Amino acid sequence: MPLSPDEMVLWQWGIIQLNATIVYTWLLMLVLAVGAKLITRKLSTGLTRSRWQNLLEIIVTAIVKQIEEVGLSHPQTYLGFLGTLFLFVATASLFTVIPGYQPPTGSLSTTVALALCVFVAVPLFGIAEQGLANYLRSYVQPTFIMLPFNLISELSRTLALAVRLFGNMMSGAMIIGILLSITPFVFPIVMTLLGLLTGMVQAYIFSILAAVYIAAATRVRARDSGSEAQVSPEKKPG
Amino acid sequence: MLINWFTVGAQLLNFLILVWLMKRFLYQPILDAIDAREKRIAAELAGAAAKQTEAEQARDDLRRKDAAFDQQRATLLSQAVDAAQKERQRLLDEARQAADALSVKRRQALEQEQQHLSDELARRTRDEVFAIARKALTDLAGIGLEARMSEVFVQRLRDLDSATRDDLVSSLTSGSEPVLVRSAFDLPALQRSAIQAALEDLFAASIQLQFETAPKLINGIELSVNGRKLGWSITDYLSAMEKSVGEQLTVPDADADADADAPAETPESKPKLKLKLKPKSESESESESESESESESKPKPKPKPKPKPKPKSKSEPEPESESESESSESSESSESSGRTEPEPRP
Repeated sequence: MPLSPDEMVLWQWGIIQLNATIVYTWLLMLVLAVGAKLITRKLSTGLTRSRWQNLLEIIVTAIVKQIEEVGLSHPQTYLGFLGTLFLFVATASLFTVIPGYQPPTGSLSTTVALALCVFVAVPLFGIAEQGLANYLRSYVQPTFIMLPFNLISELSRTLALAVRLFGNMMSGAMIIGILLSITPFVFPIVMTLLGLLTGMVQAYIFSILAAVYIAAATRVRARDSGSEAQVSPEKKPG
Repeated sequence: MLINWFTVGAQLLNFLILVWLMKRFLYQPILDAIDAREKRIAAELAGAAAKQTEAEQARDDLRRKDAAFDQQRATLLSQAVDAAQKERQRLLDEARQAADALSVKRRQALEQEQQHLSDELARRTRDEVFAIARKALTDLAGIGLEARMSEVFVQRLRDLDSATRDDLVSSLTSGSEPVLVRSAFDLPALQRSAIQAALEDLFAASIQLQFETAPKLINGIELSVNGRKLGWSITDYLSAMEKSVGEQLTVPDADADADADAPAETPESKPKLKLKLKPKSESESESESESESESESKPKPKPKPKPKPKPKSKSEPEPESESESESSESSESSESSGRTEPEPRP
């Protein structure tokens, strides 16, 4: 039994190969895009709206609210990135109820790709928010000695993101596979339910951590200016 | 090796594409829809607030108008009540005035009617009384009475005052016609000679007398000389009395509206004169008493004896004054009074 869907190669031409991870990712992308397109095709701005629109609105507003709670003052700026992270990871684990489906997040390649996205996005958002100089200065805070530790922290947390998600998703698939071979059929179903819960939690954790990293990157200057000027430190963080 | 770097790159690309897709098809439309709805709700709330303000204003306006209307209605009502009371008062006054006028009119009509009735009654009574008196006197006229009458006539001739006598003498002497003596009955020779003697004695001359019978005189003697007349007869009395009674009756007519006291006084004031003159001739009193006794059977005998003496006062001067024409004295008296009187004949 393959440890990762990457190993299920459907088509290969040189280095380019079409494995199960990519195919399932495309499938998820298709489902998400077409579903969103279909539902938002006829949105109601009135007081009555369809159930699907209601569902989407609940999801979107929940994500926005969550980002805001983390401490980002303009949640809609980060909604595209953080929201999509959550939706992709959540949908990938949700589809595990479909037999024969291999979640793309169970591939370390996918999780590394997502972690790399976060790794790149955090400094980008930080620089966009407070400028390059200010962002870079945050690495030497509170002292210059902290610079290597900050750099290590950046790399390690990115690695941790990738490995945590991969481990959880892969373990869920692996546990089910193992249980299928040693237990009656009913027990794997329970484990599948547990896997669904784990998948949702992982999606939440992944996106929240990304949000926290971004928030940390964009709030450095606010904290600095507050400590330096010592004027109304409470206002700026808000 | 768990990491396939081509897959990592492909997944990176896939993820970025998915981010764009989600932004394009999910987040933006949903957020726009939410914003639009919120805007719409806010607009509706604002509209509702505006409408509420408007409604409150309208309600206030309505209340103000209602109050103004109530006040106006109360004013109008009080005005109408006042006007109605005034109108009522006016109508009452008018009705009262009309009723007063009507009652006055009715009283006047009643009085007039009464007056007419009493006038008619008096006239009828008078006519009746005169007719009876005339008839009684005619019946009574006889030899004795004639003799007495001629005596009275002679006595009267002798009692003439000087002026009248002179006047009479002058007319006697100037005239060539015979002296005419008229009486109701044929005078006996004795009385004729007595009158002749008296005249001759009076005028100291021989006078040619012509005797004539005139039943119209009823009872009496009349002397006509050259258009001058001297005489005494009951017809004179009656006509004179008729005249005076007529005057008496017409006097209350003139002031019909006057109180009942006035007519009562007038008859009283006249009898005084009459009573004074009454005893002048005895023959009158006799004839009067006779007529009185006869007429007393009627309901209105009293006014009669009273006015009766009056003609005496008038008839007395008549024989003394010169009579210009031979026409009866009744016509003369009627001329002097200037009033038409009911004729005694019926």
